[in-house]
Amino acid sequence: MMQMTGAELIVRLLERQGIRTIAGIPGGAILPLYDALSGSDIIRHVLARHEQGAGFMAQGMARVSGRPEVCFASSGPGATNLVTAIADARLDSIPMVAITGQVPLSMIGTDAFQEVDIYGMTVPITKHNFLVRSAAELLEVIPQAFRIAMSGRPGPVLVDVPKDVQNQLVSFEAYPEPAVPDPVPALDMVAIESAAKMIDEAERPVLYLGGGVVHSGASRLAVTLAEQAGLPTTMTLMALGTMPVDHPLSIGMLGMHAARYTNFVLEESDLLICVGARFDDRAIGKAAQFCPNAQIIHIDIDPAELHKIKAAHVAINGDVATALEALLPRVKHNLRKRWLSHVDSLKSRFPMAMPGRDDPRTHYGLVHAVAAVLDDEAVIATDVGQHQMWVAQAYPFRRPRQWLTSGGLGTMGFGVPAAIGAALSEPDRTVVCFTGDGSFKMNIQELATLAEEGLNVKIVLMNNNSLGLVYQQQNLFYGKRVFASKYRGEPDFLKIAEGFGIAAVDLDSSPNPRATLAQALQSRGPCLIHASISREEFVYPMVPPGAANTEMIGG
Amino acid sequence: MIEQVAEPLQQHGFAKVVLELEVNNHPGVMSHICNLFARRAFNVEGILCMPMSDTSRSRIWLLVFEDQRLEQMVLQVEKLVDVRSVRRHGAEHEVFERLERFFH
Repeated sequence: MMQMTGAELIVRLLERQGIRTIAGIPGGAILPLYDALSGSDIIRHVLARHEQGAGFMAQGMARVSGRPEVCFASSGPGATNLVTAIADARLDSIPMVAITGQVPLSMIGTDAFQEVDIYGMTVPITKHNFLVRSAAELLEVIPQAFRIAMSGRPGPVLVDVPKDVQNQLVSFEAYPEPAVPDPVPALDMVAIESAAKMIDEAERPVLYLGGGVVHSGASRLAVTLAEQAGLPTTMTLMALGTMPVDHPLSIGMLGMHAARYTNFVLEESDLLICVGARFDDRAIGKAAQFCPNAQIIHIDIDPAELHKIKAAHVAINGDVATALEALLPRVKHNLRKRWLSHVDSLKSRFPMAMPGRDDPRTHYGLVHAVAAVLDDEAVIATDVGQHQMWVAQAYPFRRPRQWLTSGGLGTMGFGVPAAIGAALSEPDRTVVCFTGDGSFKMNIQELATLAEEGLNVKIVLMNNNSLGLVYQQQNLFYGKRVFASKYRGEPDFLKIAEGFGIAAVDLDSSPNPRATLAQALQSRGPCLIHASISREEFVYPMVPPGAANTEMIGG
Repeated sequence: MIEQVAEPLQQHGFAKVVLELEVNNHPGVMSHICNLFARRAFNVEGILCMPMSDTSRSRIWLLVFEDQRLEQMVLQVEKLVDVRSVRRHGAEHEVFERLERFFH
């Protein structure tokens, strides 16, 4: 018979689940749990400077490792500060377990100090959530939380633990087994057979890969399918890296900021094989006009995604890797010369234009210059905005989990803490965070965490002193009525980095920006790399909001 | 920039459907279900919930309109962790009919 407090039990269960690093911030209602955590020899705590930072650090760890990771926050404002990071994890299907302190059970509902109904607030943004009512419940709730976070389509789970439950003594015979994912659903083999037949019979098929391919660890299988059946392959923002960018069958990212040829290839396709993607509006533009002549095969682990936006001719509910494994032996080898040479001709007629790609003082040139110094082992994180799209367009991604970006929610402030999380999980890699001045300021306090941990994170700040995508949209779609998108003040980011104890280099003032960049990227430890970018550089091509993907402007 | 705003979906032309849910009986289940319908702007006309003879379970009856979003709605309900099963019945199902006299 074992006896311990609820708080100790949580720590033991997290240890047994394989958790080794937790990001968080303590506060009154979670102090018993922190007291118990201080006694753990196995779990390291990383003290964030804002709970949203802690949430994104957990996400960064989860995005590179593929397993659920944990963040802690106290009740009230601590918990509400986590909300954005949880919603972000939900939209990008990132496994995460957020544990929050809550006021004692007897005080719930009394408007107690730092009481907030975080359980109620997180219902729409979690995969599931729990309000724990006794320490004994933790024996079931903690493993359940992990099982839910990692099973099927991954996602965030919140566990709200009142302070008295953390202090309550619980006796039990044995620890529950650590959670494992649920078995994947059985495949509909009839549907697999018809999918194979459709692929064989199609003349102009396109393979459309989404983030589910990354989550399922299926990128090698997806590339094999493409090679076997001669399928030009496009990737969503979330799937970049699943097929190496220089693979002859890659036609790059689709959607709002895709190369023109990519959207034209899709327009002409007669069969769209959608694997682990969800027909997001940024990817497909106006749904009714997306791939107007194509039949659709849709493979997804989440049955609610099938037929949600586009009705599929063959819908397969299942794990992407399992489905591709079943599909491969049934699909004929096909060189598909005519279609692929047509794709090549579209590619040479409507290529991705990257002006300035050889000049490291331009946006595309800077992205290429960073890539030239690094190998594929580096992790590339971004914030949200123009810089994010330029990196998505220009960086040569070649492996899954190389690329961490806030896709669905588009959260400015994601980059720095997510990069810290990635470096905590894989400290031997170089982690680069491309950011913009708007995003950077939204979680800039995490520079303190970064300096404290001394992680190998390089922040490449593309500074145009504005909210660039807003400025771009106002110029393109709001009659050039620029409002609230240009900053009047101009902080000195080099001094800010210095103030936090982080090395900084300025490419603007460097006589040889390539050399300065290489030196900064190759020396170990955190570093801010500052580069000014003209405000008049826009992200092109661009599909205007609400338009069809073929109605691109620019580029 | 001018965008077309979709007209709010008129539901009263549609047939009614009764959904029968078997769920885990603990506090919070109702909020998960009601929240799901509310955030998708899907009207619930009637709702009834009682514990089953096995008190670890509850049965929830929902009266809803059968518009084109119902399929997706049911798929989303089925994804809720505490929902064990969802069955569909026609509006003629007696559960709400027999309650009518308490309301009219």
